[in-house]
Amino acid sequence: MTISIDPQKTDNESLQPKGWLRYFSFSLDHKVIGIQYLVCGFLFYLIGGTLASAIRIELASPMSDFMPRDVYNQVLTLHGTIMIFLWIVPVVNGAFGNYLIPFYVGARDMAFPRLNAVAFWLIPPSGLMLVASYFVEGAAQAGWTAYPPLSITTPQSGQIIWIMSVLLLGGSSIFGGINFIATIIKLRRPGLKLMQLPMYCWAMLGTSLLVVLSTPVLAGTLILLSFDIIANTGFFNPVLGGNVVVYQHLFWFYSHPAVYIMVLPAFGLVSEILPVHARKPLFGYTTMVFSIMGIVVLGLVVWAHHMFTSGTPPWMRLFFTIATAFIAVPTGIKFFNWVATLWGGKISINSAMLFSCGFIINFVFGGITGVALAQVPFDIHVHDTYFVVAHFHYIVYGGTVFIIFSSIYHWFPKVTGKMLSEKLGILHFIITFIGFNLCFAPQHWLGLNGMPRRVAEYDPQFQLVNQISSLGALLMAISTIPFLINIFLSVRNGKDSGDNPWNALTPEWLTSSPPPVENWEGEAPLVEEPYGYGKQFSEQK
Amino acid sequence: MLNKNIYLILIISLVFAISFWIGFNVNLLPAEASINAPIYDELFKILFIIGLIIFIGMTIAVIYSLFKFRKKNDQIGDGIALEGNLSLEIVWTIIPSIIVLLIGLYSYNIYDRMGGMKELNHNHEMMSSNSEKIWAGISQTSDNQVSNNLSIEVSAMQFAFLFNYPKGNFISGELHVPVDQKVSMRMESKDVIHAFWVPEFRIKQDIIPGQPTVLNFTPTKVGKYPIICAELCGPYHGGMRASIIVEEESDYNDWFNKNKKTEVNL
Repeated sequence: MTISIDPQKTDNESLQPKGWLRYFSFSLDHKVIGIQYLVCGFLFYLIGGTLASAIRIELASPMSDFMPRDVYNQVLTLHGTIMIFLWIVPVVNGAFGNYLIPFYVGARDMAFPRLNAVAFWLIPPSGLMLVASYFVEGAAQAGWTAYPPLSITTPQSGQIIWIMSVLLLGGSSIFGGINFIATIIKLRRPGLKLMQLPMYCWAMLGTSLLVVLSTPVLAGTLILLSFDIIANTGFFNPVLGGNVVVYQHLFWFYSHPAVYIMVLPAFGLVSEILPVHARKPLFGYTTMVFSIMGIVVLGLVVWAHHMFTSGTPPWMRLFFTIATAFIAVPTGIKFFNWVATLWGGKISINSAMLFSCGFIINFVFGGITGVALAQVPFDIHVHDTYFVVAHFHYIVYGGTVFIIFSSIYHWFPKVTGKMLSEKLGILHFIITFIGFNLCFAPQHWLGLNGMPRRVAEYDPQFQLVNQISSLGALLMAISTIPFLINIFLSVRNGKDSGDNPWNALTPEWLTSSPPPVENWEGEAPLVEEPYGYGKQFSEQK
Repeated sequence: MLNKNIYLILIISLVFAISFWIGFNVNLLPAEASINAPIYDELFKILFIIGLIIFIGMTIAVIYSLFKFRKKNDQIGDGIALEGNLSLEIVWTIIPSIIVLLIGLYSYNIYDRMGGMKELNHNHEMMSSNSEKIWAGISQTSDNQVSNNLSIEVSAMQFAFLFNYPKGNFISGELHVPVDQKVSMRMESKDVIHAFWVPEFRIKQDIIPGQPTVLNFTPTKVGKYPIICAELCGPYHGGMRASIIVEEESDYNDWFNKNKKTEVNL
């Protein structure tokens, strides 16, 4: 197998644009592609966030009065789809994976640079297509889960465009997954052992395995669903003898692992950030690796906990209860290890650290409600209510999105060579943390007391709590402002960071900031102890 | 060292005390109106207390670390080079495993008491359709030969529930049931997936086109409670609600006799 690790040799150098223009080109540089993923994802985050704000405005009053009911369903469908497939999955996998993995394995680029660029360039058109479907005949309105028969009976064009868009995004995700597995396994610098890799590599290896194993199932399912819609087949259509519950099994066979595709990379990223700012080695490296792999294996056999009130017989309900609850064990191990990493450190309280600690607190909360939701009898009451909405926002926003921000504060100096303003960063953290908890904590109560999810109208007794939640959403929207100001100001006239402002030991910091095209001027350094804090630097005391 | 341990024990007992106090004194749930509800609330209380202990404990650990181990202005250098501790890892693998296993067994017990593990049967006045395949639900009745069970056929459609009382040969948009009597419902959807949810009863079951499901329950408190559709079913999903009216047997019989169609009509 010939592996192209040198994009410049395969491309005419003069054809590669320089400066900021390269971010708009079919660049093969993993760092450029990483930033393309990040910025593109963030733009879609702004769109998805606007849709979320629209939902919270509608829910500030008990009547359906802000937008027509079918538009509301389109908005919630687009919000979910955009946030998952165009923001979180591409950013925690594509953006940080592309930027960091070649550094971590000591390579000059990803294993398949062209496939890498293709994977990215599938995203903007499919995202635009998805958003544009609103202007055709209305976007899809069956929720991001697209359960038949609702998805078969709602207006077809929107649903078909939704399916095509998700298929392309799934394809992009699979290309990325194959690329990460190949890079981590085959492109490691000679002498670098697997058990010396930074934790994010293990997280990406596990995530990519999940992507490669489960995304094709979603693709197949959606193709069958599209046949049901356009060719009148009867795979899932009950009128033609199809089985709607089979769709749910196939859908969740991907979409539960998708949760781990969204959180495992965040687990990896926080494992990189905490040791640097706490000046301590990552606690329990080996158990962290095994717990990632444990989550991967268990993550594949828990999907039916999304279907406890659906057409599942009692024995199945119980099996999936036990399997799901046991994921708490490897996940819990990781959290104990992170707290142990902080313990006895010399912690710098900065934006990256605060967002990481916010992540720990939020995710523990979401994890506890997750174990509760795994219990069939508990779930039967709160399934499909705002309790579930609150739970998964604690996981994907309070968890993963907090880590995305933490990572941006941590690696911004690497990418630009400039520092971000800590004052604005801490302000951003405080508003986000308060807004997030104000928005989602009250929703647990709403769900327990009788407010189902995906509704545009509700019992007036829930108005006050919904308004508190909407106020939190407003704070979350406002929190984006100091963040964006910070980014723009720092890119233009931020303080010079030097090559390694955090005195970090992971390989990406052992080159210049921003790094040269092929990552290192000379040979890639061999980093045997990426978390060797307290050892190498102890002489500096 | 002894001093430190005393503080640690004090803090842990305080966390436990606070969690138990909140668990027993803060009620987050709606009224209990079926025999399932108190069973559910028992499970909720236990999970709530365990969850609070873990959450408060972890939060204190994180915030304490941030204050106690933060870098003072003049400090340089690193923290201690502590890379792991096998016995700690074993402790925090085994203890959560045991907790999770116990919670799992306990919730199995709760589910069994709710009737979740009973054979799925719809008590259909011993008609031949007893052999029909029921796909899911909660049966709650092992003694489905008891003929005084109230048997109701539920059909759901965009955006309403219809309740068919086969004994009275009539259909109602409101579900009337007598208090303290087992109700056995067979549910099927006419179009998309819906769900039958009564928060005060702590029960929910999807209503699926092409796959009949059952839901049996025993109301315990007279009153009017909302029936809520909990599965996205179209534009008016939020408005798809009905009422269940739990009444004394005599009131129920009055209502039933007023509505029932006489045999002459047949």
